[in-house]
Amino acid sequence: MKPSPFAYTAPSSLDEALAVLAEVGDDAKVLAGGQSLLPILSMRLAAPAHLVDINRISELAYVRVEDGGVRVGALARHVDVERSTEAHTVLPLLRQALQLVAHPVIRNRGTTVGSLAHADPSGEMTAVLALTGGSVEVVSSTGTRTVPAAEFFLGPLESAVAGGELAVSAHFPSFPERTGTAFVEVARRHGDYAMCGVAAAVTLDADGAVVSARAGYISVGPTPVLLDLTAAVSGASVTAADWAAAGELAQSQTEPEADIHATADYRRHLVGVLTARALAEAAGRAA
Amino acid sequence: MSTEARSTPGTADSDARHDVQLTVNGVPRGACVPARRLLSDFLRHDLRLTGTHVGCEHGVCGACTVLLDGAPVRSCLLLAVTVSGHEVTTVEGLGGPDDMHPVQQAFQECHGLQCGFCTPGFLTTAAAYLEENPDPTEDEAREAISGNLCRCTGYQNIVASVLRAAAITRDRQATFGHDTPGVSRPKVAGRPDEGGTTAGAGAGA
Repeated sequence: MKPSPFAYTAPSSLDEALAVLAEVGDDAKVLAGGQSLLPILSMRLAAPAHLVDINRISELAYVRVEDGGVRVGALARHVDVERSTEAHTVLPLLRQALQLVAHPVIRNRGTTVGSLAHADPSGEMTAVLALTGGSVEVVSSTGTRTVPAAEFFLGPLESAVAGGELAVSAHFPSFPERTGTAFVEVARRHGDYAMCGVAAAVTLDADGAVVSARAGYISVGPTPVLLDLTAAVSGASVTAADWAAAGELAQSQTEPEADIHATADYRRHLVGVLTARALAEAAGRAA
Repeated sequence: MSTEARSTPGTADSDARHDVQLTVNGVPRGACVPARRLLSDFLRHDLRLTGTHVGCEHGVCGACTVLLDGAPVRSCLLLAVTVSGHEVTTVEGLGGPDDMHPVQQAFQECHGLQCGFCTPGFLTTAAAYLEENPDPTEDEAREAISGNLCRCTGYQNIVASVLRAAAITRDRQATFGHDTPGVSRPKVAGRPDEGGTTAGAGAGA
């Protein structure tokens, strides 16, 4: 349970990091919080030749409200995002989701951008990026590109960050007025990987009728699944809306797979129940 | 493996050793270790601070929890070289037999341990939690330790210990003032006379 040997570089600036990554390219892994990477290294599921440690690049440690949302730098720990009052005011879904990310001790070290780049389909923040329609800014020595959420997650543990590139920030746009959000999940143990998790956003019109109901799912597909469920509840008031029908609609559009933690049928059951629960909770906050 | 000391922050050599300097329990400590040295092993093998226990080695059990700049983290999920220059508090830094931290005293009074393997992680986690949440409810205390596994106690007495520690802290503050216990001023512990570089001494990876 010890990592294989690797060459180690700890650049102190972004420019230096990009130069190193350009040099070592595909043989390198980027170390940020390491809360997913270190177990992978210790179990020798991966043995990169180089580790590029970005923990000394303090210019990447920020949480900012900008461009109608929240921008999170690559070195912002989960706890920094969770505790940011400004971020919570603009986008409460961030804190709602982060409180379900592992345990507080893990959130003290793990980074939000790192969890996106890790692209674990059970990672809560992947669904938040998908539901907000957010994007990740990816930089290399040759330029910068902004990758929208829909193109960022390619498969389980596979993101659009290529060799030689660094994900330097993520932008989570805030929702329109009269939108409420919620994140609910079911895990075997508190803080463990969810068997199903749902991020929900419900928008009401000025009269309190539902104009939009959307949800993002974790642990039910190879990448976060984004569904528009408005058709099931459109025009209904918060109290009259048939949230269970939205859950059934979601069930018909997801194809979860079985693993050691849950059968496919149980996961599909959770999709229905948790969708109804998350949408109702979100709608309650929109009102 | 080369034992040549390197102080550069990066190198292309996977056999290279890196000079890691930490402040551990208030004392400057250092050693020259390979990049792959986990902080948990650095504390135990290189600094001979064996109070930090290593259970699962992949971040699940919480036994290796230490405080990094005051915040609890898993030492098995950190490379020692990553945290060079920072402050670490281990269970040895909380207090000793004659000057127990409120959490340590509470675990003793409430039988919060049996075999004791998980205890260092519970103590550091609870100590840091109570710094920020000095008066938790029972549910909050349970939530606070939910990232730590204990295979002996069934957790009831650990929850009771966390609540008792909060009460002890309040009592001590009422008696001695507000700057009394706490992890923000870690006690000097460990073996400061060994604070120098210990490259080669049990450092073979």
